[in-house]
Amino acid sequence: MKLIDQEQVIRRMKPRLFRNTFFKYLFLLATGLCLIVLAVLFGRIFIQGLPYLDWQFMNSLPSRKPEEAGIYTALNGTIWLMVVVVPVTMILGVGAAIYLEEYAKKNRFTTFIQVNISNLAGVPSVVYGLLGLTLFVRTFAFGKSVLAAGLTMSLLVLPVIIVSAQEAIRAVPSSFREASYAMGATKWTTILRVVLPASLPGILTGSILALSRAIGETAPLVVLGIPLFLAFLPNSVFDEFTALPMQIYNWTSRPQDEFHALAAAGIIVLLALLIVMNSVAIMIRNKFSKRY
Amino acid sequence: MLWMKGVFNMSSQKYAATLSVQEMIAKKKRQRKNWSEKIMPVILQLTAIISVLTTLGILFTLLVETFAFFKDVSLKEFITGNTWYPFSEPGQYGIMPLISGTLRITGIAILVAVPIGLAAAIYLSEFASDKVRRVIKPVLEVLAGIPTIVYGFFALTFVTPILQKIIPSLEIFNALSPGIVIGIMIIPTIASLSEDALGSVPIAIREGGLALGATKLEVTLKVVLPAAVSGIVASIVLGISRAIGETMIVSIAGGSTPNLGLDITGSVQTMTAYIVQVAQGDAGYGTTIYYSIYAVGFALFIFTLIMNLLAQWISNRVKEDY
Repeated sequence: MKLIDQEQVIRRMKPRLFRNTFFKYLFLLATGLCLIVLAVLFGRIFIQGLPYLDWQFMNSLPSRKPEEAGIYTALNGTIWLMVVVVPVTMILGVGAAIYLEEYAKKNRFTTFIQVNISNLAGVPSVVYGLLGLTLFVRTFAFGKSVLAAGLTMSLLVLPVIIVSAQEAIRAVPSSFREASYAMGATKWTTILRVVLPASLPGILTGSILALSRAIGETAPLVVLGIPLFLAFLPNSVFDEFTALPMQIYNWTSRPQDEFHALAAAGIIVLLALLIVMNSVAIMIRNKFSKRY
Repeated sequence: MLWMKGVFNMSSQKYAATLSVQEMIAKKKRQRKNWSEKIMPVILQLTAIISVLTTLGILFTLLVETFAFFKDVSLKEFITGNTWYPFSEPGQYGIMPLISGTLRITGIAILVAVPIGLAAAIYLSEFASDKVRRVIKPVLEVLAGIPTIVYGFFALTFVTPILQKIIPSLEIFNALSPGIVIGIMIIPTIASLSEDALGSVPIAIREGGLALGATKLEVTLKVVLPAAVSGIVASIVLGISRAIGETMIVSIAGGSTPNLGLDITGSVQTMTAYIVQVAQGDAGYGTTIYYSIYAVGFALFIFTLIMNLLAQWISNRVKEDY
């Protein structure tokens, strides 16, 4: 008596194997679709924007005539925004991460802060805009200034920076700290001289990625009432300004094709900025990341 | 007896020496300005508390301004009203049309993102080689890192014209195009979180299935997927939350016509797009329209908060133990 009916096995296996291969390629197709969309998006924007992308575009003020318009004020405004966001988020974010990882006791309050941070990361950016509008623009009367927008953006990216800095600090092995204590160093000295230097690459990588989010974010700026069109540069953090995504938004909302092409050129500049920042982040990660 | 004295002397010397070291430490401690040890934890704790203050600030802001809104408009009208027409005199503030617009666009986004995101997750986790995964995962992350203003531009100037060729009755501003593009935007969220969930299913469980003669596909669909279902559902809920809160894509490509119903070919308005529309126009401070964006923002905040808490709850509570 045959225990295994070979013919039946072959008959049954065939469709099963076919389904296996079919779905494998279906899944591959779905993955490939994402890559195609990305390629189409980049390709389309480059083809549309490149003719307008020249030195004059980088150096001109916004204008009603598409051929004279440029992103000088917008790019300048984005840099001003970073002048506020970088120090505020670095100090607050790294400070909070050090507290949570090194000082905080494992109690309800710490858990509460931690849960709170992860929930803040899920709040839509437009809601941060409403907070900034009431708190910074009206209550503190900063107006539609670099400072108001910068502080709003800082609160927006703070959860991301805290979480990534926490991960970087957690990755420093406790033997490092113990060695430092054994030499008689105090806790703060240990953190300042041992833990922070060891976790710096991780902190920097996470911060740069979070800042690149702040550069591209538009919704909070719109809600704050940051002008879409500005023909002068800010001189201090208390001045009005416009930012790169706002300028792109302005050009996108106009019906003429020429302005859409300008928007595409602005997007190329924005994407180039983000790619540079991300490459720096990846370089730092690859160059300095050590496995303990 | 002399040697005993010697020993005694030695031990007393040793004792004295220890004392003096302790004294030295004590002296050093007194000398050192110890303020940084005491003050730094306090300062650092304050920076951590900023995050709590941010939450309180959001809640307080939204509550206070929403309260001012409900002085002019009844809560009943806001929740059950079927017309959102704030720019008429007197304005009508029934939020249902805005919620309807938000749900239509979110629905389209989910229809696009869940099949593709899940398929990509399954491919990366179960079928792809390590080499392929190392190439594709960063590319997916790029998709997640593109600013939403870029997606908005893409939806209006590329996706809408193409869709108009397929569906001639499609208006320039519609729900379909931003819905699809938001779907593309949240694919990485769903794909990467689902892949984590699939990846955390132990190899032994897969091997069990394979040893019984199941094909890779059968193991994936009947063994791995059910085991990872909580993580996958959590990723979808997070994706929904992001789609609800998305602002620029719908502001640019969705239009500004609050309406009820299931039409996706015409102009719609979402909660987020309304906030942008009012903030951009010059609604005077203190008017009902000005306060209405906080009421809508509050509704939006509640929606996304529920979704986020749900996602956390699903991934924490329904965690499988292997």
